[in-house]
Amino acid sequence: MTVSVQVEDFDAGAQLNKLRLASPSIGALVSFIGQVRDINDGDSINTLTLEHYPGMTESALQAIEAEAKSRWDILDSLIIHRVGTLEPLDQIVLVAVVSAHRGEAFKACEFIMDFLKTQAPFWKKEATAQGERWVDAKLSDDIALKQWQK
Amino acid sequence: MKIKVLYFARIKEAVNYSTEEIDLPAEILTITALKNWLSLRGEVWANLFDGKQVVRAAINHTLVDDLATIQANDEVAFFPPVTGG
Repeated sequence: MTVSVQVEDFDAGAQLNKLRLASPSIGALVSFIGQVRDINDGDSINTLTLEHYPGMTESALQAIEAEAKSRWDILDSLIIHRVGTLEPLDQIVLVAVVSAHRGEAFKACEFIMDFLKTQAPFWKKEATAQGERWVDAKLSDDIALKQWQK
Repeated sequence: MKIKVLYFARIKEAVNYSTEEIDLPAEILTITALKNWLSLRGEVWANLFDGKQVVRAAINHTLVDDLATIQANDEVAFFPPVTGG
């Protein structure tokens, strides 16, 4: 159960290998990487800047991991989320989950992403040729969250 | 009672503060009461808390609803709906 909020890029391959090789009881690894797109709402994106709430961000991500572990039989998880100014093709987030069998890891990974999207205090600001603008929260993210309600 | 208040993203830009210490009147006990009290500061603040935009709140790093109770030395944060990931 690891959480990192960082400016620096990360080596996804190395991170996944480290997680996977920690135990021979692991039979499945599911991961998600989010990256910066070049077009959003019809406009070309020069940069994407992520602001966060230091302290709350880490505790929110740890709480999401703990909730995933309580719901599914997973062996470990990892969340790396970048902050600061990024460009198209840059990695934003890595979520990875390991378990004995694939079903638990698939579900837990999607759950962590859906909760992260709606509960972790990050905010995106885009720079386009027309200037800067804050990204609005999406209704589809709230709907995605609802599927996990007990 | 003294509390610390933090603002993030477009709310920080609107009010032009990122953090402040506030000595609250004794009758301000909830997030709703704090929002209403801050609204008295002027047009920018009144517009922010007039209900037309969603303003989320956290107390001591935990998301709360507007009925949540504030205590002395709490860290209260106001921010728009989150957009990470």
